[in-house]
Amino acid sequence: MSWAETLRTGLAAIRTHGLRSTLTVLGILIGIAAVILTVGLGLGTQKDVSEQISSLGSNLLIVTPGSSLSLEGLRGGFGTRPTLTRDDAEALASSVNTPDVAGVAPEKSTSLSLETSQTNWTTTVVGTTEDWPSVRGRTLSSGSFFTAADDAAAAAVVVLGSSTATELFGTTDVVGQSVTISDVTFTVVGVLADAGASDSTDLDDMAVIPLTTASQQVIGGRDRNSLTTVYVQAASTEQLSAAYQETETLLLNLHGISSADSADFTINSQDALVSTATAVYRTLTVLLTGIAALSLLVGGIGVMNIMLVSVTERTREIGLRKALGAPPWAIRRQFLAEAAVLGLAGGVLGAVLGILAARVLPDLLDTSIVVSGLAVGGSVVVAIGIGLTFGVYPATRAARLAPIDALRSE
Amino acid sequence: MAEALAAQVRSASVGTEPVIELVGAGKTYRTGAIEFEALREVDLRIGAGEYVAVVGPSGSGKSTLMHLIGCLDTLTVGSYRLAGEDISELTEVELARIRNHRIGFVFQQFHLLPSLSAWRNVELPMLYGRVPPGERRERAVDALERVGLGDKLHNRPGELSGGQQQRVAVARALVGEPDLLLADEPTGNLDSASTADVLALLDELNGQGRTIVLITHEPDVAAHADRVVRVLDGQVRSDEPSAGRRAGAR
Ligand SMILES: Nc1ncnc2c1ncn2[C@@H]1O[C@H](COP(=O)(O)OP(=O)(O)OP(=O)(O)O)[C@@H](O)[C@H]1O
Ligand SMILES: [Mg+2]
Repeated sequence: MSWAETLRTGLAAIRTHGLRSTLTVLGILIGIAAVILTVGLGLGTQKDVSEQISSLGSNLLIVTPGSSLSLEGLRGGFGTRPTLTRDDAEALASSVNTPDVAGVAPEKSTSLSLETSQTNWTTTVVGTTEDWPSVRGRTLSSGSFFTAADDAAAAAVVVLGSSTATELFGTTDVVGQSVTISDVTFTVVGVLADAGASDSTDLDDMAVIPLTTASQQVIGGRDRNSLTTVYVQAASTEQLSAAYQETETLLLNLHGISSADSADFTINSQDALVSTATAVYRTLTVLLTGIAALSLLVGGIGVMNIMLVSVTERTREIGLRKALGAPPWAIRRQFLAEAAVLGLAGGVLGAVLGILAARVLPDLLDTSIVVSGLAVGGSVVVAIGIGLTFGVYPATRAARLAPIDALRSE
Repeated sequence: MAEALAAQVRSASVGTEPVIELVGAGKTYRTGAIEFEALREVDLRIGAGEYVAVVGPSGSGKSTLMHLIGCLDTLTVGSYRLAGEDISELTEVELARIRNHRIGFVFQQFHLLPSLSAWRNVELPMLYGRVPPGERRERAVDALERVGLGDKLHNRPGELSGGQQQRVAVARALVGEPDLLLADEPTGNLDSASTADVLALLDELNGQGRTIVLITHEPDVAAHADRVVRVLDGQVRSDEPSAGRRAGAR
């Protein structure tokens, strides 16, 4: 019996048991689509996060208060004593010992309510200096950023993110409008252009005010001099590690700390953040994939069940074919072809469904889904494997029966 | 001329070199703890070109004997040589080849595949015998025409009457032109006209030198054979020339 004959016989058998074949294919299909989607979702989130980190600006070092190494340092950072101050930021910007630093943007941020006569909106209020747009790689869509003079005078001026402006006023054409933050009435002097490609909405929802205004009138409190973050921009990618060294040395000096191990601040590069986040999301992806693989296994057991029923029911057919002179290998080959066709159909349709869903779902869920070739190929192979394992094993068992026993079976 | 030659072949082979040789053959069925001895101490020799009828009451072991002869089942005790070869020493693949090339089997329950049309059912043995597709179809159609079903080629078994199904089973058994034709009540569901047709076909095949073993309940049918083997309670009780032959009808 030739391969073409075998395939024809297999297809005829599949057509004869149309509903059952459809269900088998469906079981595999769903499992495959689930694996492709979960892997895609994991990879997509990973990609979103690294894009978000890149969108902070370019060639950035991110200095935060508190040590990443000791609990004590952490407590020092967030609690009692301000460990990162405006003086630190100014020293980093102006010192002759930091030639590789191109710009510094101190940030003091907190979540506050913004009020207009009509409505209010809670968002991140960032106090910073006039260098912020260049360091963070942001531009304005209208108006202009506040100046050093505004900062020195603690002027009540604010630059709004585009979605903040829309939330408050229903438009981004808001220069000259008034917004009240912590009982201080601010004048809007500019609106930030959208942060860019990725759906990192946080970057478009913020209110930026002069640092002096922030610490004296808005945020205040016991730690009025402390900063949340200092962004240090290196002059170029090549100078990033030099800038890292200079920043660390200068801050240790300023804080009177002799050893880097007991530093009361932490410096991260974007790369380090990306790789940390990537590692976290990779773990998550593996976990999710495990769950999806489990669903594939459950689908596989369903397929096994259907295959077993199918082969058992066809024991008489196997008996007859043997009685008419089919050698065991021909029986095996027939079921092999049948199972492979079912597995392949389930695998390919599942891959198609997965890829289609990966096109449609991101718009609905607001996340990216990255279709991985490995996940697609791997799961199709697994699908065929499931078909073969669970289809051929019972067929081989049936092929070993004496023809008359197989013929007599019910 | 051909008749004479066939008769010569027949008489030459009868008694000299048996095609079927069962010695001390027995078959015991096991159903759980219960054992049932369906055949015991069967000694049977059938020569090439012989036409043998097997008769006996229901449950006496006729089908069991037929399945053993057709290599569809294995003996519990004793030995079976088919054309000089000890069956118990053959591999699965060799047995499959023998069933395919040398034996045509008409089952008591027909055993047609319900999803295949009549001609596809008849084609089945040739699928496993390396016959090219065009020739397969031609021979299948030819065999169906010989049993009078030339107009039912594309009907599935469910769309055929019991007698028509039986004739499809006969067509399937003879399509491979086997040396040995084993038929388990091939006329059980047929009216007298169809019975006569099938018997004429068997006579013709026997005339070509093929060995035929036929199970039947009907004395008229048994009379067509050269020899009648009577089975009772799993044993061969008598083995003698048929009434027809003794009467010199043939
Ligand atoms: N697979 C089996 N398991 C157990 N007993 C069996 C099996 N097959 C047949 N038998 C028994 O063996 C005996 C002979 O059966 P067999 O089918 O050979 O009878 P038969 O002579 O062909 O009868 P009939 O004329 O009704 O077809 C019967 O009593 C039957 O019950
Ligand atoms: Mg019987």
